[in-house]
Amino acid sequence: MPRVTLVEGINLALARALADDPDVVLIGEDIGVNGGVFRATDGLQKRFGKLRVQDTPLAEGLIAGMSVGMAAQGLKVVAEIQFMGFLYPALDQIANHMARLRNRTRGRLTCPVVIRMPHGGGIHAPEHHSESLEVLLCHHAGLRVVCPSSPARAYGLLLAAIRDPDPVMFLEPTRLYRLAKQDVLDDGQALPLDQATILREGDDVTIVTWGAMVHDSMRAADLLMQEKISCEVIDLSSLSPVDHDTILESVSHTGRLVIVHEAARHAGLGAEIAATVAEKALYDLLAPVVRVTGYDTVMPYFAQERAYIPGVARIADAVRQTLQG
Amino acid sequence: MKTIAQFAIGYEQMLDATGRACGELPSFANDAETMQRMYSTMLLCRLFDTKAINLQRTGRLGTYAPCTGQEATHVGVGAAMRAEDVLCPVYREYGTQIWRGVTLTEILTYWAGDERGTHFSGPREDFPWCVPIGSQTPHAAGVAMAFKVRQQPRCAVAYIGDGGTSQGAFHEAVNLAGAQRLPVVFVIVNNGWAISVPAAEQTAAQTYAQKGLGNGVPGVQVDGNDVIAVRKVMEDALARARAGEGPTVVEAVTYRLSDHTTADDATRYRPAGELEAAWQIEPLLRTKGYLEQRGWWDEAREAQLRAQCAVQIDTAVQGYQNRPAASTDDMFDHLFARPPAALQEQKRIARQYGADASH
Repeated sequence: MPRVTLVEGINLALARALADDPDVVLIGEDIGVNGGVFRATDGLQKRFGKLRVQDTPLAEGLIAGMSVGMAAQGLKVVAEIQFMGFLYPALDQIANHMARLRNRTRGRLTCPVVIRMPHGGGIHAPEHHSESLEVLLCHHAGLRVVCPSSPARAYGLLLAAIRDPDPVMFLEPTRLYRLAKQDVLDDGQALPLDQATILREGDDVTIVTWGAMVHDSMRAADLLMQEKISCEVIDLSSLSPVDHDTILESVSHTGRLVIVHEAARHAGLGAEIAATVAEKALYDLLAPVVRVTGYDTVMPYFAQERAYIPGVARIADAVRQTLQG
Repeated sequence: MKTIAQFAIGYEQMLDATGRACGELPSFANDAETMQRMYSTMLLCRLFDTKAINLQRTGRLGTYAPCTGQEATHVGVGAAMRAEDVLCPVYREYGTQIWRGVTLTEILTYWAGDERGTHFSGPREDFPWCVPIGSQTPHAAGVAMAFKVRQQPRCAVAYIGDGGTSQGAFHEAVNLAGAQRLPVVFVIVNNGWAISVPAAEQTAAQTYAQKGLGNGVPGVQVDGNDVIAVRKVMEDALARARAGEGPTVVEAVTYRLSDHTTADDATRYRPAGELEAAWQIEPLLRTKGYLEQRGWWDEAREAQLRAQCAVQIDTAVQGYQNRPAASTDDMFDHLFARPPAALQEQKRIARQYGADASH
């Protein structure tokens, strides 16, 4: 079983999808001979040819728009947006067409597209390269939004996204691309979409998080264990739809909830999760819900990014706060 | 300084305003049945347009985008396309759609605010109407890319208006099509007005056809009120595309004889006299004139065709008015092949309350 990084897990899944299904086509900027700026598509054009792994002109709106046309013809398009900060020009096509085509044609035309994009900061990248914009996507009906937290989950969730008959936005945490290696069996097995996963069971506090923040949350849970505080850590994985059942079940057990995300707080996904817990499980709560998030500022240029992105200390303090009588 | 590249824009016209031939006619123009069918579809569009506007004015249809004045462009494009080609329309090219098998009932259903109108029974792979301006052009490029990937001898056709060419999406799509030699034709319908902004204020370009050139794609201008010229120019462009020689930008110069939509009032911005002048060169007059000069048409045939169209339109209106009621479930059931479980609760609430009469 190969030990691979997250970006290598993505490469394995893409290669598997291309080999298994002649309808799978990859498009994006610099994904051909260059293998993508993060090397997610490394070697794939050489192996599968220029029509299956296409370099596009430098226009994100076009990438999303041409994906709609290709997918309406039944191709399964896996498009790469180079960084999430460059998503904005593509949003018109994603929101107005990709998310709606099935609905507005009553199923006559469909959009089996995956848009892969690096998500979040922490890698000392230039301005506009470190954004966490998941709510822009989660707000639109007709899209699934997925964010993996490990090489194996990236492999399995990406295969599931490619095989799904509807558009899936696939957010790849940049900080995790090469952070750690994991054994990944390249067996073509997909993981289920629409489901959160409990990474660590615990009794005192539930932590809900996703993407790169999973790692900081797990480290905080380790730290808190030394204080005999037992955290249950849920990797949300599916940001739209949200698997509220898994969260509610956990909260009914622990009675405390901390939500951790890198994106800004205001109108963030944490608010949606907190509101749902308030609606459905208020009387299970033993303490107010706490959110640990990015600030309501512009995502700073990299000199300040470590101050912006929540770290282990902030997460651990939030957990302790829920335990104070 | 030496010249390193030069460009030219051709202009094609084959009939004058009275329908007299003023250029070498293509062979299809010598076929009575073909020309009669093209004229019949143009007249059907004109009469349907009048009916649809009346339905809107009497509260039986939502906001509608008329096509009056542009029938030659729309039917000429439709007649040049093959059934297996794919159309990415804007929202008023009914002549092309009717030629390709979209029904009048479907058109009315759509403008009644009902998505079921886009479930075309005829051209199953054609795109539905596209409201965000210019955003349909990348779809056509993508469809053409699929044809290229699968090595299918098919073409995509995208419509866009004169105002639409100001959108970045148009240039992005044309640029991709040129770079990848995609089998696609972009048809710019220059009808003189982008709602209230005249074509002259939209751009400094002398023609809209030349907007292809900056992206390495040839452009040609055609008299959009001349159905023979439009069809011929489109047939040539589609043949080029099908042969792997790449895309073309076609500018059809016509005129919007109507308001932009039934919610618009063109008297607010259109100079006096312009509309009257445009009626002198409108496309039905010209096509009918051509048929008459060839001895293929007379008043008796005209009366018979008008009666047939009236019956066809009435039948379509009845079909539209008698369609089954929409269900609130429709909002939820077509979003996904596998709808997320969370939608079920909202679907139940929508069912319980239905349309709220208190609005």
